Amino acid sequence: MTILGRCLGASFVSGVFDASLCYGQSAHPVGIPNIFKPLSTPAEAIRGLSLFVLVITGVIFAAVVCLLVYSVIKFRRRSDDDGSEPPQVYGSNPLELAWTVIPVLIVLVLFLATARVIHAIQDAPKPPAALEVTVIGHQFWWEFRYPALGVVTANELHVPVSDPARPTPTFLTLLSADTDHSFWVPQLNGKTDLIPNRVNSTWIEPHQTGMFLGQCAQYCGTQHAKMLLRVYVDSREQFDRWVEQERKPAERNEAVSAGRRIFETTACINCHVISGTVANGLFGPDLTHLMSRETIGSGAAPNTHDNLRLWVHTPDAIKPGSLMPAMNLNDQDLDAIVAYLETLR
Amino acid sequence: MASESIALPQADTPARPITERLHDWVVTVDHKKLGLMYILYGLVFLVIGGIEATIMRIQLIVPHNNFVSPQTFNRMMTMHGTTMIFFVAMPILFGFGNYLVPLMIGARDMAFPRLNAWSFWLTAFGGLLLYFSFLGGTGLYGAGSAPDVGWWAYAPLTSRAFSKGHSTDFWTISLLVSGFGSIGTAVNFIATILSMRCPGMTLRRMPLCAWLNLVMAGLVLLAISPLTAAQVMLMLDRYLGAHFFDTQAGGSATIWMHFFWIFGHPEVYVLIIPCFAFVSEIIPVFSRKPIFGYPVMVGASVGIAFVSLSVWAHHMFTIGMNSYANSFFAITTMVVGIPTGIKIFNWIGTMWGGKIQFKAPMLFCIGFLFQFLIAGLTGIMLSAAPFNWQLSGSYFVVAHFHYVIVGGILFALFAAFYYWYPKATGRMYSEPLARLHFWLFLIGFHLTFDLMHVPGLLGMPRRIYTYEPGRGWEELNLLITVGVFFQIAGVLIFVANLWWSLRKGRLAGNDPWDAWTLEWSTSSPPPEYNFAKLPVVQSRRPLWDLKHPDDPDWKYE
Amino acid sequence: MYSLIFAESAIFTIFVVAYVYYTGKSLTGPYPKDVLELPIFASLCLLSSSATIHFAIPALHKGDTRVFGMWWFATLALGTIFLVNTGLEWHHLIYEKGLTISTNLFGTTYYSLVGLHAFHVTLGLMGLALGMIFTLLGKLQQAHAARAHVFALYWHFVDAVWVVVFTVVYIIGR
Repeated sequence: MTILGRCLGASFVSGVFDASLCYGQSAHPVGIPNIFKPLSTPAEAIRGLSLFVLVITGVIFAAVVCLLVYSVIKFRRRSDDDGSEPPQVYGSNPLELAWTVIPVLIVLVLFLATARVIHAIQDAPKPPAALEVTVIGHQFWWEFRYPALGVVTANELHVPVSDPARPTPTFLTLLSADTDHSFWVPQLNGKTDLIPNRVNSTWIEPHQTGMFLGQCAQYCGTQHAKMLLRVYVDSREQFDRWVEQERKPAERNEAVSAGRRIFETTACINCHVISGTVANGLFGPDLTHLMSRETIGSGAAPNTHDNLRLWVHTPDAIKPGSLMPAMNLNDQDLDAIVAYLETLR
Repeated sequence: MASESIALPQADTPARPITERLHDWVVTVDHKKLGLMYILYGLVFLVIGGIEATIMRIQLIVPHNNFVSPQTFNRMMTMHGTTMIFFVAMPILFGFGNYLVPLMIGARDMAFPRLNAWSFWLTAFGGLLLYFSFLGGTGLYGAGSAPDVGWWAYAPLTSRAFSKGHSTDFWTISLLVSGFGSIGTAVNFIATILSMRCPGMTLRRMPLCAWLNLVMAGLVLLAISPLTAAQVMLMLDRYLGAHFFDTQAGGSATIWMHFFWIFGHPEVYVLIIPCFAFVSEIIPVFSRKPIFGYPVMVGASVGIAFVSLSVWAHHMFTIGMNSYANSFFAITTMVVGIPTGIKIFNWIGTMWGGKIQFKAPMLFCIGFLFQFLIAGLTGIMLSAAPFNWQLSGSYFVVAHFHYVIVGGILFALFAAFYYWYPKATGRMYSEPLARLHFWLFLIGFHLTFDLMHVPGLLGMPRRIYTYEPGRGWEELNLLITVGVFFQIAGVLIFVANLWWSLRKGRLAGNDPWDAWTLEWSTSSPPPEYNFAKLPVVQSRRPLWDLKHPDDPDWKYE
Repeated sequence: MYSLIFAESAIFTIFVVAYVYYTGKSLTGPYPKDVLELPIFASLCLLSSSATIHFAIPALHKGDTRVFGMWWFATLALGTIFLVNTGLEWHHLIYEKGLTISTNLFGTTYYSLVGLHAFHVTLGLMGLALGMIFTLLGKLQQAHAARAHVFALYWHFVDAVWVVVFTVVYIIGR
């Protein structure tokens, strides 16, 4: 398959699925994370460079393959060959010079284009209106903190869409609590790793609302495969409403007080935070607004009643090797806790 | 300069008992026997590594599959990579070098035959130790089995905190041990090539195969050592409480990455350079012309080796280095493409104006040229750092390096197997079976690895035991797995061909291909002492000079 | 031997790189300037041992095994003094200053780098001792001069590494 063919193929594939690309806020994910369909400034810069590189390599490929095919056909031994040896040519200095100089020039051009985009993305200045988010990678989930807004959540990142007139990109500081991870949402930017004892940073500037899929891209252990990622790009109003809701402490609903009491007296509180309660563990995701998320287990399963019950009962059934232990609750306690969790909007 | 073997009187001796013959092989220091043992060892592990790959591909054939558990998949992933690099590719390539280099330079054996044997057995032991981990990796905590940290074993995943039991220790020690074997072999190659060439064979008249093995050996010395050092540091961390990669104590996870890739990148050039050697010997013979631009080929190879020492962090574009570092590694990586491209042009130049015969070795060489070109071009794509930020850690990279290793290295190895099989065994392989092997494997290879680029473009990361439906990855993964079975069929036919031809193949004679380098002047297989009389050469193609006394090469070189 | 030295240099380089990278990054003490004293005497012994072995080899080439034996013994003695001194230094660091390989990054990189070197010195001393035994038994002859020369290359390498380690650890790193 030629490079060009592959490129066309990718566009074909993405075009085919474009029709079903659904950017609904609460719809189930249908999007294809395609690097050639960027919707954010750095990803668009990367696409521009990528197409440039593809064209150059495509031309080189076509040229060399033509030479190869031609030589294989033209210079094959004929059936009526007399067995003599062909002229023994040892080399040609002009040719060697030519096919050294031309690649050097190509490399120069490629490098200049590359360096420009590297600088544009990595050294981009942060506008004052930028949103700041701290991302902390864990085995096997994402922690998101908005220090200026006082919001802590997990696995599903909400950011405001950026208006070209007044840009509001999101600048992400990347940290890790344990091993290496990598933050990759193909339509928003290339990936950047989260490495313990190191502070990395990246940024996105989405132009369109919708939900974008990604996942961890650096092997981090058993459940690396299910450390999924969602970025919800909201309109300004949607985002502000979301922030307001997230800042509130947990809803206190007396109907589920039994469940809350069980939660507060078992080991749950050692790993999870539910603000406004005694639960203040930092090892697992913040559950204060669990029901505002569409998935559980960092994207491992949709956030439904049955899945939530199964997860609390036996996390290994959904994500074998995840670090949440099975809590060995009896059915009654389990139902009570799930009922409580379902009030945490 | 005729080099006949000394005719020994045919005594009527009974066949020696099998125990005696096996003992011969175990204690041998003969470079040819050691070479064959390296190659057989590598072939056995090729099958094992292939089984590991097949298990992974079956698990990935549909989303949310349950063929193996995530823990097993991660072990397969780690063992497949580690096995293929250290216990398939390196042994087979060292084996070919061991067998061919003394013959090609007119020497009786390697410079240090006992060191040669020691190196082989160390490497062999390393592989067995790695596989013992399936049984012994449990350790005190009952955790662990075979290593599951990926073949790069990134810190701090390998620390005691995240890697309980002994699985990581098996990874570390088995590679440490076989690393010493590799260094021993490299020392041997360098000493042999520099000091044991026959009279008249100046460095400028040495076959490219010998040149490239020399370059490879130098690179091994420089590349394996950083891995050895890093692995010692890892063991100190795990058992003596050191903090080299202990991020909680201020240690650095990225320094492991640097040390590993300072090894890792030159390592892949260690693997490909001997393949360049094979292709540089085979294409001229089947095009009936000398290699085009010999001095440039030597220069380009040395250049590649040097530049390859400066590109390692292109495996680390995503770790957050600053823009200057990223730019530096981008340009060095692009620069290494220049001598590589020059070599491709020279190979085509060799074919140009020739009379190409499409025997199996040549078919595989043409496949190599096509695929190595594509692999190099996807490498250029990966060298553009921003493009890399999307492609790294995805199936695009997996496709790229399998294109180099399977499409490049393995195809060149198949070519070398078929080309030198008559010399080593004295028999011809079956040409129709070899062609069947070629076409089956070609179809399977392209089905699997061409398509594999696409899921990477669509966001599929690597090292995942399963994936979500609805992302456009399902059909591609299905077809990719189907391609694996074509490749398996090809390899089975290959093994069957080698085995069957040992007994039933037509007798080959000294020089079935009408070739020009010294190994074709000995009998097939060569006698233990290689040459009855020390050859004296006057050009790069001594047998051409013999066959064409009216038009010898030394008039033109 | 040159090839082996080439490879070993690469290994040592990585340990030196780790040492330099982690200079000043220890989260807790003790720190180099608190605990390190320049091992001047031991270094002089080791470097002189290069000179003594340098005189030994030509003597053996000439067939003068007595003179060779004296110089060879001097090399062995000086090397042993160096190693004993390293042992004493470590004893002092561990028991009186509380610095071990697991104390902090300085401990890790110091013991591993100096330890790797000491390991190579130990191997060299074993070779020297073997040579001494064979000389005393009268078995080491002029014919073995080439092998002794190759061994001397190794010993010179070990000394050269010490120059680098000394500079990096005791001069720059403090």
